[in-house]
Amino acid sequence: MTDVLKVSDVVVTYGDKLALDHLSLRVSQGAITAIVGPNGAGKSTLLDVCEGVRTPDAGEVRVLGLDPRAERSSLLPLLGVQLQNGGVWSTARAEEMLRHIAALHAHPQPLAPLIERLGLGDCGRTPYRRLSGGQQQRLGLAMALVGRPELVILDEPTAGMDPVVRRETWDILRDLRRDGVSVIITTHYLDEAERLADAVHMLDRGQLVASGSPTHLIDQWCPDGGTLEDVFFAVTRRREAS
Amino acid sequence: MSINFSPHPGAAPFARRAFAQASMEARLLLRNGEQLLLALVIPLLVLIAGNVALSRTNVSLTDSPINVLTPGVLALAVMSTSFTSVAIATGFERRAGLLRRLAVSPLSRSGLLAGKMGAVLIVQVVQFAVIAVVALSLGWRPSAVGCVLMVPLLLLGTFSFASLGLLLAGTMRAEATLAMANLINVLLMVGGAIVLPASLFGESFDWVRFLPSAALGDAMRAALLHGAVAWGAVLTLTLWGVAGAAAVARWFKWD
Repeated sequence: MTDVLKVSDVVVTYGDKLALDHLSLRVSQGAITAIVGPNGAGKSTLLDVCEGVRTPDAGEVRVLGLDPRAERSSLLPLLGVQLQNGGVWSTARAEEMLRHIAALHAHPQPLAPLIERLGLGDCGRTPYRRLSGGQQQRLGLAMALVGRPELVILDEPTAGMDPVVRRETWDILRDLRRDGVSVIITTHYLDEAERLADAVHMLDRGQLVASGSPTHLIDQWCPDGGTLEDVFFAVTRRREAS
Repeated sequence: MSINFSPHPGAAPFARRAFAQASMEARLLLRNGEQLLLALVIPLLVLIAGNVALSRTNVSLTDSPINVLTPGVLALAVMSTSFTSVAIATGFERRAGLLRRLAVSPLSRSGLLAGKMGAVLIVQVVQFAVIAVVALSLGWRPSAVGCVLMVPLLLLGTFSFASLGLLLAGTMRAEATLAMANLINVLLMVGGAIVLPASLFGESFDWVRFLPSAALGDAMRAALLHGAVAWGAVLTLTLWGVAGAAAVARWFKWD
């Protein structure tokens, strides 16, 4: 299977702090891949590097076969990106913002079905600052999907959502996979990664500490049975002990 | 409802992206009450109150008060929108993560800048139309050649002041940008020789004419009063713009 993301020995530092420590990983095409780890693990920095917003101090990154910095203008139209929060004018109305992002793309999704699918029908004329946290997240997701991207990169897409909307969002991500879109998400919810992802990369202090399908990771780290959360604690305990 | 998410990616043509960005930014600029105040109310107040005040005092002017004031007020409108509005709006866009979001869209950096300039020009066309109508009703009689020269001066002024506004927004916190942009706008409006010529300030304040505000004001006055090009002022304004743009390229932070 082709890789949509290939990260090779990447180092990123902020002053004295090592955000990514010789990180290497791959993400397969057409899969949902979860990047998990505690706060400060380097998840958002990894996304910054993949999106070409930050230049690594060392190492190489290829997204859809392209260099995110040198081939930025070719890469960006292929991506659909959702930030962890924000990214919208506070006075812009939800539908107005979505229409604006759609206008930047050559073949955008028709807006009406997308708005209905994302449950934004009731708040299309509401300014962004008056949307609930869950509605803001769904607008961010709609903005990531409207350009019909090949690769979707979502930074904690279900944070702040109630359980019903969270599950609806999972269904949308599964629909993306069904239609051949590759999906990368970061999440704090390990149950989400376990239920949704085909592959999981666990980061801790900028390093890749475990990698594989949820089933594979559970079999490897918790042979007597457990969850991805148990795997996470087993991995981090072992790192702290060593 | 099921949607077909099959990939079909691509960027819209550059002109469409820049136009979309310009029209969105112009709409939001005009929707904001404070921006509207800066854009229209303050220049109109300066025009009307200044005309009344100059008509009742013995200030030595080379032409009628309204003919001297109007070019300066048009320059003030350019400064308010291109510098202050751009700085404040961009500062808060940066804090809200909007620039970060647009940086990963197909818009591109040049599309963002073209969109911002386009939005400012849309607002300024509205400003110029309203100010011109009011000034004409008060007896303003501009030079016909000057009306043509005004177009490149508008573009140059927009470039120079927008560069300086972006420099402020890209290097300071949003709240500090808000305070500084308003403070600089007031200081230049009062003491920057934009509305009235630097020559009225006296010899000890001759240096004022090297400010971008005075340069734009003097260039607009030369054009609209005499149909002439004030090359020194144009050069000064260009240098401010080039220096501002170079500093933006070097120090502007997008997130």
